[in-house]
Amino acid sequence: MDSPDLSGSVAGEGLKPRPLEDAARPKPRPPRAEGTFDPLYEKSKTVHNKRIDGPFRRFKWFVMVVTLTIYYVTPWLRWDRGPYAPDQAVLIDLANRRFYMFGIEIWPHEFYFVAGLLIMAGIGLFLLTSAVGRAWCGYACPQTVWTDLFQHVDRLFDGDRNARIRLDNAPWGPAKIARRASKWSVYLLISFLTGGAWILYFADAPTLLRQFLAGEAAPVAYGTVAILTFTTFALGGFMREQVCIYMCPWPRIQTAMLDEKSLIVTYKDWRGEPRGSVKKASKNPDLFGDCIDCQQCIAVCPTGIDIREGPQIGCITCALCIDACDKVMAEIGRPRGLIDYATLEDCEREQAGSPPRPAWKALMHLRTWVYFGIWGAIGLALLFALGVRNHTDLSVSPDRNPPFMLLRDGSIRNAYTLKLRNMESRPRAMEIALEGLPGALLWTDAIARSDAAPSQQVEVPADAIRTVRAYVLMPPGSANQSFSFRLTSLDEQRETDVQETAFNTPGGE
Amino acid sequence: MMANDPAETKRVDEPTGTEFVGHEWDGIEELNTPLPRWWLWLFYITIAWAAVYAVLYPAWPLLDRGTEGTLGWTSRGQLAKDVRDAHQARADANAQLAGIPVEALPEDERLMQLAVAGGAAAFKVNCVQCHGAGAAGSPGYPNLNDDDWLWGGDLKSIETTITHGVRWQASAQTRTSLMPGFGEAFSPAQVGALAQQVLSFGGKGKPNAVGAQLFADNCAACHGPAGAGDRALGAPALNDAIWLYGGTQQDIVRQISAPRHGVMPAWEGRLDPVTIKMLAAYVHSLGGGEELPADAPATMVESDGQP
Repeated sequence: MDSPDLSGSVAGEGLKPRPLEDAARPKPRPPRAEGTFDPLYEKSKTVHNKRIDGPFRRFKWFVMVVTLTIYYVTPWLRWDRGPYAPDQAVLIDLANRRFYMFGIEIWPHEFYFVAGLLIMAGIGLFLLTSAVGRAWCGYACPQTVWTDLFQHVDRLFDGDRNARIRLDNAPWGPAKIARRASKWSVYLLISFLTGGAWILYFADAPTLLRQFLAGEAAPVAYGTVAILTFTTFALGGFMREQVCIYMCPWPRIQTAMLDEKSLIVTYKDWRGEPRGSVKKASKNPDLFGDCIDCQQCIAVCPTGIDIREGPQIGCITCALCIDACDKVMAEIGRPRGLIDYATLEDCEREQAGSPPRPAWKALMHLRTWVYFGIWGAIGLALLFALGVRNHTDLSVSPDRNPPFMLLRDGSIRNAYTLKLRNMESRPRAMEIALEGLPGALLWTDAIARSDAAPSQQVEVPADAIRTVRAYVLMPPGSANQSFSFRLTSLDEQRETDVQETAFNTPGGE
Repeated sequence: MMANDPAETKRVDEPTGTEFVGHEWDGIEELNTPLPRWWLWLFYITIAWAAVYAVLYPAWPLLDRGTEGTLGWTSRGQLAKDVRDAHQARADANAQLAGIPVEALPEDERLMQLAVAGGAAAFKVNCVQCHGAGAAGSPGYPNLNDDDWLWGGDLKSIETTITHGVRWQASAQTRTSLMPGFGEAFSPAQVGALAQQVLSFGGKGKPNAVGAQLFADNCAACHGPAGAGDRALGAPALNDAIWLYGGTQQDIVRQISAPRHGVMPAWEGRLDPVTIKMLAAYVHSLGGGEELPADAPATMVESDGQP
């Protein structure tokens, strides 16, 4: 591992700290001159973050590999569901209105499972925030992961921070154009693969890929890929931290969620201030704090902020500044953790003289456990509902116009539209029976009136809803009354569903 | 003036290091946090987009009409295209329906479903005016849901009735039955007795000698000796619970004295044969549809090659 470029400036001069002269360092804007006005709009500054290695960087690599692997590999996983259902493990089948996730199949009428998952995701974010601050922002947010990926592409093509700054400032010439063109091509390729992988979640992946490459896929597939390619290219390649700072609502919500017990990346100013170089400090040890103002924390920051200004909206708590600072502290022989994960409470305690508390203790926080309890309860409730749900379902809609029908022999017929739902991935025989309507006969659009009986058997196709028009006949002179249809699956499960409805008669009360 | 006084705006907010704009409302002051520059570019892009849109699409209202736009897009044109597309999408099913005789429809479940759905739509446009939205009819207009048919309730008979109409003079093959009026030939007492006799077939009125004699002499030829009716003649059954013009003594007296003759237009020429076929399938599906009579038309035998 090469030693850190402690100066951070283009012309490094060993350990001598010198402030950076580039745009990366945010400063309070200089007060304007008498009678002039600041521009209304701020030019965005490119962040050229320096390469760093350390435990948090390695964790970031790990999360990046895991999340990208999940994203790209998931559509290719197979899951056998028999001949009547797709074999893709995770599939959002919009055309047929089914959502498959491994052993779980969600129908549109069970959308509350999806709603429950979304609520869990929301509370999960609260839980994560309460436990480890903005860890989602720092490690797992797609914007962070893809920005990180694109920044590595930058490094690959243009070198590390200083080389990139030089190239940025260089005039446009053939060499710069060639570099930019090749780098942006890779941006575009990554963006295209990102958009391309997205659509594979919505159809059979191998088939769709073949169709897509052959130009036979639906226009919506190409449109989706084009839009996602463009947004990935723009947001990951160029907008980057601007998304976090200006577009994303999450940092704003975070400001309301964080409190003095939240784990955040903190610069321990009581230890660091006042800042002074190693040389100055060695002369006057009592005058200076631990911070040598080497600017490494700014140089490595992917959003280009100065953590020493305190918690701020631009800080995604990726902890790369901790890696950078720890490395410098090790070099100059001072204890690590000048910048560290800590809660405000711990900082105050530490400032008052108590020994540093390990970060995991911040997890012992009532709010965290309350969130965890709610999150877990919803999860268990969903699992329970999933476990006991019925794979047979009946809905009954009586004809409203006409409400009843007088037949030739004076008997009365009512008509009902029945929907028989078979959620099993095999065809099933089911029995429709009348309950609480003595003397009634039942037939359907597929069963002749001559075969009318108190109960009928129908075949329901696999993984489908069969609509049946049912006719119920009562003898002349019957009165209005309530009764029920009972649907029973004629297999070993014998699942059943009962729906109450009414029988109407002419003038009958 | 006060708000933009430079002397006022130079102050810097200590905790954030940001300048004040100089606006103050009851002690609340505004910090100068500028928008990013790209935001401004998005705004310019929307303006450019609007300019392009105004050229391509109808945009500016003028005195009597609006600008038309270079693409020539209109909402009516869009609708016409959508309708064309819908027709195009149905062309396949229509061709199949055109090629299959109505009596063979039940053999093809999918085609039958399409026909019933299409018939339901056509029914709402052409038939509900008389037969009602639920096809339940009203006095004088037959109910199509029940199992009582004047002219036959199998698919073929229904199609024939729709095609040629009932008592529709413009159609040569229209269904025609004309019950004569007996108001002048019979005395009121005779008509009353006859009405009781008619009601008695369905078990409601009192059978009587006068009525029975009158019925046998004047009515049985068409309605049958026991009032069972005759579909070949379009003579309604008088022994059931269903009465087109009402089933009370008074209703029947009126119908014997001065019968009304309902008219249904022939739909041949107004609707295409496929639509008529779909209407027949829909009416047949309402619950009272009957099997084809045993001496089914030869076409059905030919179509599947079975005896």
